[in-house]
Amino acid sequence: MEGAQADAIRLKFNVLSLESIKSQIEQAIPGAKLEIVKNDAPSAQHSLLVDNASALAVAKFLRDDPALCFDYASNVTGVDWPEAELSEKIKVKKVVDGVEKEVEEVKKTLRPGYLETVYHLYSMELKQGPVILRLRTENRTDKAHLPSLTPVWRGAEFQEREIFDLYGIVFDGHPDLRRILMWEGFKDFPMRKDYVEPDDYEYEPTPHDEVHDKAKQHYPAEAKG
Amino acid sequence: MDEGLRSELQKQGVFTTTLEDLYNWGRKNSVWPLGFGLACCAIEMIAASMSRWDLARFGAEVFRPSPRQADLMIVAGTVTKKMAPQVVRLYNQMPEPKYVIAMGACAISGGPFKQGYNVLKGIDRYIPVDVHIPGCPPRPEALLHAFMTLQEKIDQQQLTGANRPRHLNADKPSEFPVPEFGEHDLQPPNNPAVWKAPKLTR
Repeated sequence: MEGAQADAIRLKFNVLSLESIKSQIEQAIPGAKLEIVKNDAPSAQHSLLVDNASALAVAKFLRDDPALCFDYASNVTGVDWPEAELSEKIKVKKVVDGVEKEVEEVKKTLRPGYLETVYHLYSMELKQGPVILRLRTENRTDKAHLPSLTPVWRGAEFQEREIFDLYGIVFDGHPDLRRILMWEGFKDFPMRKDYVEPDDYEYEPTPHDEVHDKAKQHYPAEAKG
Repeated sequence: MDEGLRSELQKQGVFTTTLEDLYNWGRKNSVWPLGFGLACCAIEMIAASMSRWDLARFGAEVFRPSPRQADLMIVAGTVTKKMAPQVVRLYNQMPEPKYVIAMGACAISGGPFKQGYNVLKGIDRYIPVDVHIPGCPPRPEALLHAFMTLQEKIDQQQLTGANRPRHLNADKPSEFPVPEFGEHDLQPPNNPAVWKAPKLTR
């Protein structure tokens, strides 16, 4: 084959099975605790949850293994998972009036909050990817530490700085961890779900929804409404 | 000077003027903008200065790279809160008389980023703005219109009297306080001497 058709085939990225990558990593790094996080969306981009202690070794293996060769971290981003009460319906067998019946019950579990970083990896050399790595912090307050993967993929440096700036995840081992978008001395983390932005809605020409509620506080007394 | 006398003299071939007219005529036709842009509006500003729209027709083609040599600041683009102190500082470094055109939705009000945490909701919160241009981004024609509006404004300024412009009034400030980076927001969030929230009546 020649020309455009061949180019199209050559440019197509080969998606590897996450299960095989997981077993390869487990063989190479015995202590690694890996877990596949399923994505139920049609894209079905499942991701690999890596424990923090072996994250750097896993990243090095993914980059240096000749068959995997993930040499390019295309995207690094953060996710905030605040504390949430999850409810799921489960069927429980219960004895009601002497007869055993199957009853639906709502089971509520409290999920502790944590912060997450997501790495999208590609191999430019072997034209394969993406593999998605997830790292989770212990909580959202004092233990928001993760190992930095900048020593493995240099391109992650600014993106990890941005996550540090906007989510407050501290990357241990990052060469230059400073705020990148907001100024030094800024105390908040704007991309967290519980962030409250400064109240400077003195004037809104067409306020609506929560902006309207906020703008209302600045209205003179006779114009509240 | 009496207008009737002036036109009578003109008919006889005697042209008269006043120092004020001459001074303003000179000033309005050599407004040198400061060459800086903050976002995509700057591209339209650059286009306006190039041959197709040709800002040189208004004597404003000399974009100065230093605030010390500029008369006009075109705030072309989104003013983030991180950038706002630098914009005010640049304005303070310009010599009087100085003018400001706030170009585009972001510079006049925050635009599409108005409800964000990181964008200043209009540069007129810190420095006095002479002409506001709406648009996202405004076309070069809109910038030319702002220029002509500014020229009209300069032309009508009186050199004496209570309404004389700021640069001829020693009591009025030529520098404005530079906001500081606070823990949550800029401090102060606006300069009350320059900006007051419009009164809403509903």
